[in-house]
Amino acid sequence: MSDASAIAPDEAVPASEPPSMHGSPLTESCGQTVLHPTREQYVGVVRALLDEGYEMCVDLTATDYLLMPERAMPEGVAGARFEIVVNLLSLSARQRIRLRVQVPADDASIDSLFDLHPGTEAMEREVFDMFGIAFTNHPDLTRILMPEDWEGYPLRKDYETGTIPVQFSTDFAART
Amino acid sequence: MSIVDTIQAGDDAQQGLKPRSELTARELMREVGSVLRMSEAEAAQLGGVPVDPAEDQTMIINMGPQHPSTHGVLRLMLELRGEEVLRCKPVIGYLHTGMEKTGENLTYMQGGTNVTRMDYVSPLNNELVFSMATEKLLGIDGDIPERAVWMRMLLSELNRMSSHLLFLATNGMDIGAVSMMIYGWREREEVLRFFQKVTGLRMNHNFIRPGGVAADLPAGWRDDVLQLLDLITPRLEEYDTLMTGQPIWRERLQGVGVITAQEAIALGATGPILRSTGTAWDLRRDMPYLHYPELEFDVIVGSYGDAFDRYAIRLNEVRESMKIVRQILDRMPTGDYRIQDKKVTPPPRARIDESMEALIHHFKIFTEGFKVPEGEVYVAIESPRGEIGCYIASDGSATPYRLHVRAPSFVNIQCMPHMLRGGFIADAVAVISSVDPVLGEVDR
Repeated sequence: MSDASAIAPDEAVPASEPPSMHGSPLTESCGQTVLHPTREQYVGVVRALLDEGYEMCVDLTATDYLLMPERAMPEGVAGARFEIVVNLLSLSARQRIRLRVQVPADDASIDSLFDLHPGTEAMEREVFDMFGIAFTNHPDLTRILMPEDWEGYPLRKDYETGTIPVQFSTDFAART
Repeated sequence: MSIVDTIQAGDDAQQGLKPRSELTARELMREVGSVLRMSEAEAAQLGGVPVDPAEDQTMIINMGPQHPSTHGVLRLMLELRGEEVLRCKPVIGYLHTGMEKTGENLTYMQGGTNVTRMDYVSPLNNELVFSMATEKLLGIDGDIPERAVWMRMLLSELNRMSSHLLFLATNGMDIGAVSMMIYGWREREEVLRFFQKVTGLRMNHNFIRPGGVAADLPAGWRDDVLQLLDLITPRLEEYDTLMTGQPIWRERLQGVGVITAQEAIALGATGPILRSTGTAWDLRRDMPYLHYPELEFDVIVGSYGDAFDRYAIRLNEVRESMKIVRQILDRMPTGDYRIQDKKVTPPPRARIDESMEALIHHFKIFTEGFKVPEGEVYVAIESPRGEIGCYIASDGSATPYRLHVRAPSFVNIQCMPHMLRGGFIADAVAVISSVDPVLGEVDR
């Protein structure tokens, strides 16, 4: 529970400016460090963090914020529909950092981390499979959990979940 | 044409493994080179590119999804040249039931029943990480009663034992020590019997819940645990006699499925796979949670990164867990087993009989659930298989907006192509077994 250790920003920034790291806003969520790079900065920031000792990419996932367009975001970051969430871990410093990258719905694509963290290969495929976010320069971008001919992206918020028809309906008006 | 259109046009792209003669040298090198974090030129020196693709005679065979040694429904596509495994690709998804989507429709109180079914061999660890993530969002992670914390540790350590005992059983079976299968299951059953006494169920307990645990320990639990420890200690010595020192066992495992520390870190492997490479990384010690810093235990590491190291690490982790359980027995405090925060804890049964408000409160907490403030959090703990993480994004309602479980098996399984590369097909079974995947959490 004590992975809350705050990482010092790049250099001493004046108190008036919001904290940042590698040119991206740095925030805290429940005591955990969160970085908000743009799509363009994304790979560069991960590379810089890798050089700083964040050598393991433990998790890469996404969230579809379709139903939460007005969520709280740090200053200078506009929330888009999709968000890629990357959890990096530094084994030597025993620190974690989380990256949240906004991905717009009309161009749902982002660069792949494969060349920096080959372990993300399967995770990016899962995000592609579940959210339909394409990863540029990924070696094998195919569906991983769903069948190849599946239509739609199940973890999107506008994806219909199935219902099981029941014989005894509680919809009394329909019974007449 | 944007990349999205390109991809969607090729949406039916084959998930399977293509023969290497159909790939370019660059693609082949990328498979290997990126893991080793080396340039394409360096990777090319490792070989693996067919001299003349047209003449290349390789065979692709499917291992699984119904192969008994694949621990469920794992399908491995192997490209073979004779008996040598050139390339391999795990094909998964046969057990996918959309548990993350299901989790979005269950309240935080019900969520435990969902996550516990992911890694069904160590259900209590799944419940623990889900509960810890929820508590962190609620901001009550520091207020969990002492007894609940120690009970959580007791149960998760016993679960680590039962999980590793199951590994010893299946590993023995896969490699041909069939008697080991019977012994491993037998000992695991003793641990499950204790779980049944405490939680009411052998598996899928839903016992660790946000706010604490579901019930107090039953009378006589201490004697049961002591009896269990006394039973398993000599049995582990028997395993040593049966397997560790046995030449056939060693021949079968040593030098098989080797992975280096660099590869394991690049691939995100955690748990016994990472530790077998000599990297001493255990979240219980390195990024402590619960009261692990107060306990005395060793992090077991290997040195060769082979299947034998992974076997030996798990065997000795059972011993370490027993050491931890003995310390927990000495220190188990008395007191509440769940937080006395009316928001997350339903009123006790007796109060319902005498108070209308308690009845309403009880009803509401089980039908509507409790609301969790908006935010997002990632919590990770050390499960028997590695780092299990839970990412929850909340929109302030009673159900998670997004629930993601970082399943250690899902990531560890991606190490297989690198462990199998250049080995024999007969060793594939030993390697699959040594990774110890649980397909329930791979596919979720």
